Amino acid sequence: MARNDIKTDSRLEGVLKKGEFAFTGELGPPKGADRSRVEEKARYLKGSVDAANITDNQTAIVRMSSFAASAIAMDCGLEPVMQITTRDRNRLAIQSDVIGASAMGIRNMLCLSGDHQSFGNHQTAKNVHDIDSVQLVAMLKKMRDEGKFECGDEIKNFKKADLAPPKIFIGAAANPFAEPLDFRVIRLEKKINAGADFIQTQVIYDMERFRKWMDEVREKGLHEKVYILAGITPLKSARMAKYMKENVSGISFTDDIIKRMEQAEDQKTEGIQIALEQIEEMKKMEGVHGVHLMAIGAEKSVPSIAEKAGLLPRPEVGDVVTA
Amino acid sequence: MKEKEPKIIAFCCHYCAFTAADLAGTMRQQYPTNIHIVRLPCTGKVDVNMLLQAFVDEADGVMVAGCEVGSCHFLEGNIRAKKRVEFAKKKLEEAGINPDKLDMYHIAASEGPLFAKTAREFTDKIKSILEEEQKTAEA
Amino acid sequence: MIVAEQKPFEEIFEAVKDYDKILLLGCGTCVTVCMTGGEKEVGILSKQLRLAAKKENKNLEVLERTITRQCDEEFFDEDTAVKIKEVDAVLSVGCGVGIQHIAYLFPDVVVRSGVNTKFFGANMQQGIWSERCAGCGECVLDKYEGICPIARCSKGLMNGPCGGSSEGMCEVDPENIECGWQQIYDRMKRLNKLDKLLENQPPKDWSTHRDGGPRKIVREDMMFD
Repeated sequence: MARNDIKTDSRLEGVLKKGEFAFTGELGPPKGADRSRVEEKARYLKGSVDAANITDNQTAIVRMSSFAASAIAMDCGLEPVMQITTRDRNRLAIQSDVIGASAMGIRNMLCLSGDHQSFGNHQTAKNVHDIDSVQLVAMLKKMRDEGKFECGDEIKNFKKADLAPPKIFIGAAANPFAEPLDFRVIRLEKKINAGADFIQTQVIYDMERFRKWMDEVREKGLHEKVYILAGITPLKSARMAKYMKENVSGISFTDDIIKRMEQAEDQKTEGIQIALEQIEEMKKMEGVHGVHLMAIGAEKSVPSIAEKAGLLPRPEVGDVVTA
Repeated sequence: MKEKEPKIIAFCCHYCAFTAADLAGTMRQQYPTNIHIVRLPCTGKVDVNMLLQAFVDEADGVMVAGCEVGSCHFLEGNIRAKKRVEFAKKKLEEAGINPDKLDMYHIAASEGPLFAKTAREFTDKIKSILEEEQKTAEA
Repeated sequence: MIVAEQKPFEEIFEAVKDYDKILLLGCGTCVTVCMTGGEKEVGILSKQLRLAAKKENKNLEVLERTITRQCDEEFFDEDTAVKIKEVDAVLSVGCGVGIQHIAYLFPDVVVRSGVNTKFFGANMQQGIWSERCAGCGECVLDKYEGICPIARCSKGLMNGPCGGSSEGMCEVDPENIECGWQQIYDRMKRLNKLDKLLENQPPKDWSTHRDGGPRKIVREDMMFD
């Protein structure tokens, strides 16, 4: 990975390029047309994370768009990672959002296929999926590096103008635990080949399997081609763990993590303790460049977790050369 | 008011139920005279169209009587018949007809008394269904 | 074949109960195979309609006829055509194509639909029909060794799978929907062609699908004046 080819002035990119251990969070936009709710959450996260993912109609439930919420987050001084799913928008709408977001200073964009609409509140809606997440990564790369839209037209204001491509630090997701297991590293490779700059993994509750996945990743040299951020979510209760184990595909649990939660006096604290231990191990794991903390609905708890994990203060990136 | 005798069709397989019906007659076991027996080689011969046609032709009740499960002369005829009877009951219910007016029974060749008893009980059931329907209509 | 399902009886009855005379027209091809609109089903539905009409004191005469295919003019023989013209409405239990073709061939006749047409599929075993083809207009089956991700992946991913595959089933309906991508993976592995999947498939040209407008094929070399 050419560590000196800076692509954007993204803070997240700057941290990773400097070789610092990155720390990203997550902000779920509200259902109401109310910017103050975004501002409230942004205030908790600001300063504790390098950037925060702004989810895009997560679980197919309509919320404020990740584009709008990302812009509001930026106003509050929190760098967003704008999530884009291919479920709701075709390639025209996505490219249009991307140049708009870039024009507003949004730099990090994470490419996802998205949860199927049958999980959400608009089950009768049409499934778009004009392109998938891999094709989306490639499309963003083409926009940024070639200055071309998916159709091949140049991205510029008028015929004689200079190219005005978007500046994007391109992210994608990886799931070491989804089936078929043997295929997961190949799929990661596909995303890297398509042009992903950074990866965030699905939440990890099975360190054994994650270590095995990282072995394979390192074997193929993929950790040198892309920045990998390990996904962590503190468990709130043993019940939450058991529910996820039974009902959510693509998440793997070890028996002893569930046992630990069940036997704990204060399950919530134990959950945080487990997460802190995971973060410690991630800091030392070769090929893991950071942690992505998904404290769903618990943005308030992020600053204290960051502090206990020894991740504060976040590094300065002023000295990184920007494009 | 004289009670109208319900018109009942009984599809009986030759090897078991029909033989039992015959035996009931020989043994002087009484069963209602308004039951019209239709002899089939096997209950597997009944199909849904046949069962529904009986109702279209104004039967008040339809019985399908075959061999005990496992004893069908043609091995699985009665099993297929059972499935078709279930399907026909569903079709009747959709059309607003009480599905209890159609049912399937398993009667071995030697069981003359059982045939008679089944026939009597089925007739009684149909009679009470018709009574209920009459009451609802008059209400 | 085209797979369809009969509409709920109440819906069908509601659509035709006020007519005096209808023709219930079945089709001898796809809907016969999926046990929805063949001669047998026409018989059953016709009897249901008559029983229901009688119960509600309505006069409804139901004529029955099943022709080989409703999507071709040549199967509408003289006798059928006469029947069609003498009724108040034709209730068709053929697929959406057939229903429309009746309306096209007999522009002055009211046509009612007795089925919900669903998909192109295969008969897996008696009683089970599964979606197989989306009619995308540009077949990519060779890239996936005979299993179509457009039709058989809930998200139509060309570079799948997503994280929602569990024990070979799709999280959208783990009891009923098989994960198309697990199947693609298994087959490619079996045929020793997994490396083909490393290649990233570019965005699909959907203009060959319905997205480009209703499709028509004209073969001048096959036409007579």
